[in-house]
Amino acid sequence: MTDLTSLTLAEARKGLAAKTFTSLELTDAHLNAIEAARVLNAFVMETPDQARAMAREADVKIGKGDAGPLAGIPLGIKDLFATKGVRTTACSKILGNFVPTYESTVTSQLWRDGAVMLGKLNNDEFAMGSSNETSCFGPVANPWRRDGSNTTLVPGGSSGGSASAVAALLCMGATATDTGGSIRQPAAFTATVGIKPTYGRCSRWGVVAFASSLDQAGPIARSVRDSAMLLRSMAGHDPKDTTSVDIPVPDYEAAIGKSVKGMKIGIPKEYRLDGMPAEIEKLWSEGAAWLKAAGAELVEVSLPHTKYALPAYYIVAPAEASSNLARYDGVRYGLREQGKNVIELYENTRAEGFGAEVRRRVMIGTYVLSAGYYDAYYLRAQKVRTLIKKDFEDCFAKGVSAILTPATPSAAFGVGEKGGADPVEMYLNDIFTVTVNMAGLPGIAVPAGKDAQGLPLGLQLIGRPFDEETLFSLGEVIEQAAGRFTPARWW
Amino acid sequence: MSVDATTVRRIAHLARIAVSEDEVPHLQGELNAMLAFVEQLSEVNVEGVEPMTSVTPMQMKKRQDLVNDGEIADDIVANAPATEGHFFLVPKVVE
Repeated sequence: MTDLTSLTLAEARKGLAAKTFTSLELTDAHLNAIEAARVLNAFVMETPDQARAMAREADVKIGKGDAGPLAGIPLGIKDLFATKGVRTTACSKILGNFVPTYESTVTSQLWRDGAVMLGKLNNDEFAMGSSNETSCFGPVANPWRRDGSNTTLVPGGSSGGSASAVAALLCMGATATDTGGSIRQPAAFTATVGIKPTYGRCSRWGVVAFASSLDQAGPIARSVRDSAMLLRSMAGHDPKDTTSVDIPVPDYEAAIGKSVKGMKIGIPKEYRLDGMPAEIEKLWSEGAAWLKAAGAELVEVSLPHTKYALPAYYIVAPAEASSNLARYDGVRYGLREQGKNVIELYENTRAEGFGAEVRRRVMIGTYVLSAGYYDAYYLRAQKVRTLIKKDFEDCFAKGVSAILTPATPSAAFGVGEKGGADPVEMYLNDIFTVTVNMAGLPGIAVPAGKDAQGLPLGLQLIGRPFDEETLFSLGEVIEQAAGRFTPARWW
Repeated sequence: MSVDATTVRRIAHLARIAVSEDEVPHLQGELNAMLAFVEQLSEVNVEGVEPMTSVTPMQMKKRQDLVNDGEIADDIVANAPATEGHFFLVPKVVE
């Protein structure tokens, strides 16, 4: 039998249906792979007993012929999703040994459809980071290395554990979340596919909140088709999240292989940055050529407020974070550090429980919302956000179906290489992805090539609200042209 | 705009995060780096622009006014660091 971990989700589904192998065999193969890859630090909690129990249950259902669309498929879950009875920490010390008594809506839908949980995946603390280095469980290693080098590279972040685990064949797919690029940037760094759906497409209920007006859940997977299959199960209306949208979830997989002939694809001139590496520029032109060869029409478009998206984000996101994270007070759950009165208890708990990046963002958020500064910072940033969204609306109003951009300004970098002296250096990683969150749009990152050092690079497609299907159709064209990429195993 | 050491201490207190004296200069530098970065927003003309309140054009949904959850006090206190019965314990607040 071929190594079961090297199958795509779509291939595994076929094998399970044909009874070529069982879910228990498939699950065990992945549990073994996880055990052998602990050096990557992708999983912060392994749940082998639960995985095997879920796999056995899936095998019974497959046997009876009433299997769900993801029956028996082993997945990893980002530690930001509350999982009933299984420790959920957001990779922060402040949540300590928090064990939810409830299940997030997104994961409950995956289990409803028969998926198997292998364990919880590492991420940046409260999803604040672009390298997975802020996790209280330590950094995650990217399974990719530069040609001829054994330097450990970051997998990107915040969904670094999800991306690393999917790329290293430790799980067939993973849940992730994206507030400023946290699905798409790690996907690009690891040659995996990641889609952030339209704001409101997936329920945020039971997902640890970072910046509520920007946060969206989505999958990271090994192919465009796999990501479509996962999103179909993750998406859908949830009365428990008032921002979740009550419109039907399409069969995303049906969009794979659909013709893109005649589609207008926008190439935004503002994304052509000064000093952009030539290989990113080349990748971008190649992507455009592939779409053109498939019958799409390329048009130059302008998104004039692009450069203001990242600074506006670094007001809006910390402001929302500072209020969301007010709940970690050492009283209702998680860590408690004593103090001689209740204020000191709060202050000591939060100083001890939050890492440096989270403290910094909570403080900047507190500042921009404080009396006398609200109008100058927060209100202005929300107005700029309106302008960013309008840029996209104007572009789509001219008949543009989707926008093609690079996913990241560079390939993966080394652990400890960025952001040490100036936090802004790290933030610049999200320059191409953050606009999409500010405008609430869907965006997909698809592997498209490698740089001169053999590291993967990705392209991003940005779509109209709730038109994820077009992104899957176009993403498939890029995947067919570029091929798929798997790292050489060194662990 | 930039922040001085006194403002850093004030923000830390508002954010309920204990900050030791030797952390202040470092934090001040980082916060000022972020503020310098966002300063470029002041060049955008936002005259007459509505601030964003909802990124998706949808009506705020309203829930039915009925009880559909509750009686889960055990669950609510299950993760608390200090409890007595169904109460959270904190240091004395009122003398």
